[in-house]
Amino acid sequence: MKRAARLIVFYAGLLGLWTLLAELKIWPPYLFPTPWGVGDALYTGFKDHSFVIAIAVSMRRVLIGYAISVVLGMVLGLGVASSKFLEETMGGLLVSLQSLPSICWWPLALLWFGLSQNAILFVVIMGSLLSVTLAMEDGRKQMPKIYSMAGRNLGASGFQLFWHVLLPASLPFIVSGLKQGWAFAWRSLITAEMLYLSLGLGQVLMMGRDLNDMSAVIAVMILIIAIGYVVDGLVFKSMESRLQRRWGLTSST
Amino acid sequence: MSTNAHNFPVQIPIPLDPRTPARVGGMRGKSGLATVRRPLRGICSDVPKVGLSDICLSYRAQGGERLLALDHINLEVKAGEFLCIVGPSGCGKSTLLHLIAGLHRQTSGEVLIDGNRVQGPGTDRILIFQELGLFPWLTVGDNVEFGMKMKGIGKAEREEKTRHYLRLVHLSQFKDSFTHQLSGGMRQRVALARALATEPDVLLMDEPFAALDAQTRDLLHDELERIWAETGATIIFVTHNVREAIRLGDRVALLTFRPGRVKREFVVDLPRPRVLEDVHVAHAAGEILGELREEINRSLEVEYNVGVKPHVEVGVEP
Repeated sequence: MKRAARLIVFYAGLLGLWTLLAELKIWPPYLFPTPWGVGDALYTGFKDHSFVIAIAVSMRRVLIGYAISVVLGMVLGLGVASSKFLEETMGGLLVSLQSLPSICWWPLALLWFGLSQNAILFVVIMGSLLSVTLAMEDGRKQMPKIYSMAGRNLGASGFQLFWHVLLPASLPFIVSGLKQGWAFAWRSLITAEMLYLSLGLGQVLMMGRDLNDMSAVIAVMILIIAIGYVVDGLVFKSMESRLQRRWGLTSST
Repeated sequence: MSTNAHNFPVQIPIPLDPRTPARVGGMRGKSGLATVRRPLRGICSDVPKVGLSDICLSYRAQGGERLLALDHINLEVKAGEFLCIVGPSGCGKSTLLHLIAGLHRQTSGEVLIDGNRVQGPGTDRILIFQELGLFPWLTVGDNVEFGMKMKGIGKAEREEKTRHYLRLVHLSQFKDSFTHQLSGGMRQRVALARALATEPDVLLMDEPFAALDAQTRDLLHDELERIWAETGATIIFVTHNVREAIRLGDRVALLTFRPGRVKREFVVDLPRPRVLEDVHVAHAAGEILGELREEINRSLEVEYNVGVKPHVEVGVEP
């Protein structure tokens, strides 16, 4: 209860400050909109379905891109973790590539895939693939060896061993990497959408800029944050707590 | 502290060819007559269940030089026999089990099961690890089912067998629990049930009861002996506790410290069921302890790198 009260006070204060600054009219309203102006933009956006369509399109893209990254990243991560050669050669490259913002792939993506959905997907994948790969590599290394030995001992091999033993055994170690990968995928998507006129949240945001409609811009920003937050809370938090319960990590850590 | 082990530290000279198993426990009159199994090598001509012939294992140490961990291990285990392997820590006894399980490969020599060479892991030999290796993401029931699932056994049969083996280890009502919710002794029994559920011919156990309290361990000794009798499995049991070895084994093989060699084999001529605190068990343990102590002292000398022999007491577990 106390926590809820603190949150209410915090957000009420934030809104109050925002209202105050807007009401003081230091900046013209089209540059610094009021909270209800943004609320209005949210309302009309949902009413004429433009936000709903944008969210649906963006979610579809990010889900496809993220799914591909997860599968690819797991295979790559496992490969790097289990082969000394790959680790020595590719390991360093992967780490250094992580400092490259995924949007830097945009020009190449445009040349390779044209102005299309696939170019956006490529940027999304490049954004999250490395996080997943590095997390999987790390997870495979941190995973107690006993599990893979016990699995082999009980007759598992090849894909069975991966699916029934290596993957579940490394999940607690890779869940934070998966989460980070999701965040990167989401960010890369919005960035790419802002550069390419297609349906999607990024485009709606840029449209607000073109129309000098800062209320709409802020409304979309709020949506982007909200979706990121909800996915994190619904998917990853519940996955983490489920894992912790199963593994019995809840009370001790 | 239990009372007996210390009162029998006398080393009884065993005037036998070290290649033939010495007999322990049989010196005390009638107990020696009650032997059930006496798997002396060479007497039975049939193929042993497990045969180790000239097993050597060497590995590259951190300094770069090759270290010999196992040196020409020769052992034979008959079907249905209970063999205990004792030795100081670092003698490679756990490694030996891994080799039999097919999880690692020896540098030279062969592991034979029913006369066939072991090429890799197989569910005819299941190893129960010292750390158990139960899968924390699965329930107790799913853990027990795991091996059967890998074998492709149908769901109905799997469930029935899972029930059967959980009942065998008295854990029926914990089928849906997760392993971290169980006590050490219970987890140990889950591991046993999981191993048995694949119906292996050979059960390999790596110091399975070392981390348990004395009461739980006594209980599990009884259960293991009962299950062994019920399933007729061949068991190779590694321990550093000589009395436990005498309590359980038909035969005890003593390994030397680095490189691991079979120093001597002892046939345990004591009627079952045996009790850990029994005088005869303690006496038999005393004979083996004398030899084991030499090896332990050697291992300590290496570990502490000292010339003076530290005083060691072995065999009495807290």
